[in-house]
Amino acid sequence: MIHFLANPARFMRIGARLLPWCWALAALGMGAGLWFALVVSPADYQQGDSVRIMYIHVPSAWMALAVYSLIALVSAMALVWKHPLGFLIGRAAAPLGTGFTVICLVTGALWGQTSWGTWWVWDARLTSVLILFFLYLGYMALGSAFDDADRGNRAAALLAMVGFVNIPIIKFSVDWWSTLHQPASVLRMGGSAIHPSMLTPLVLMALGFVAYFLALLVLRVRAEIAGRKVAALMMAGAMGGAGEFHDN
Amino acid sequence: MTMARPPRRALTAKRRRLYVLLAAAVTLGGAAALVLNAFEDALVFFLTPTDLKARAVPDNRMIRIGGLVEEGSLRKSGGGIEVRFAITDLTNRVQVRYRGILPDLFREGQGVVAQGRVGPDGVFAASEILAKHDETYMPKEVADALRKSGRWKPGAKNTGAAPVTGARP
Repeated sequence: MIHFLANPARFMRIGARLLPWCWALAALGMGAGLWFALVVSPADYQQGDSVRIMYIHVPSAWMALAVYSLIALVSAMALVWKHPLGFLIGRAAAPLGTGFTVICLVTGALWGQTSWGTWWVWDARLTSVLILFFLYLGYMALGSAFDDADRGNRAAALLAMVGFVNIPIIKFSVDWWSTLHQPASVLRMGGSAIHPSMLTPLVLMALGFVAYFLALLVLRVRAEIAGRKVAALMMAGAMGGAGEFHDN
Repeated sequence: MTMARPPRRALTAKRRRLYVLLAAAVTLGGAAALVLNAFEDALVFFLTPTDLKARAVPDNRMIRIGGLVEEGSLRKSGGGIEVRFAITDLTNRVQVRYRGILPDLFREGQGVVAQGRVGPDGVFAASEILAKHDETYMPKEVADALRKSGRWKPGAKNTGAAPVTGARP
């Protein structure tokens, strides 16, 4: 599957076909999700209406982890099998993952203030997510730090793979150590601990977030490929021009 | 796999990179596990009353204690500003004294984390109280119905009161 998609032309063809579906699913998921989150779903027995922050906070946290995992995966693909599309997808996904991480941190601070009584604590979960944010920043900075684009790509890919060790730490931090953050509610042994009436908006929002991410990713990769084609054409044009000049 | 296998030589470079990558991943994962294990004490956010009993924490050292607010232990005075209660992990308990405003989610039977120092009288003088809630979310009506039908079980872990059955889809 991955080798099949590693052909840029094929990837773009499939991406272009998926794009309208992604937009539709994003609009539907987030639209219906918000309706359920703000209107239909009940207030929590403990936290009241502030539980509604969850419907943004949790999907963005999932996306922050999933997008980073995707970057680590495509980086490994690019380094091991020399699929050049891997670097491209990783670099295109990074700003989106950073955005999800920021949303997760900000909504988490708001929620923390209302339910725990503090904006921020240095517990294992919060700290490891902050490290994830810095890993995203480091990945983007390192990728752009070299004049030679390929060296930048390779250095950033290496960082992304090393940083992947943080992903299981984030996920299991709430089980391994005592934290202020509560353990997982949905992805846990023994099924979800969220009442179905509150799980519906959460799942809808998560679907919407995934579709939104995929749509933006296809757009960004497409723009990058188009940009490279333009650069190559301009280079060829300049070389051609220079050649003619020398011929005279 | 219907495709004919490429000749062995063509595979070796990719294979080698893959093996190097896997070896590096295993080494890195192992190193991370060792480091996290070594720093265990620094990574826990709070001690339980049992932890506190087990280790000799020097007086006047700032620590955090977490657990449940013991049912029936809450005493308020001074117009509700002076608070006394006990934090329990259902094995041991610690008396806590606090002066200030409690978070909205603070209530008996709920998770709590108190930051402060153990005083000379053995009472924990908290300078900050944080409410801790568990991973269970449900509407109020469902919680009331569970309580009424007697299926409500306080959580055995230090995460707060958790209904164990019924609410999960």
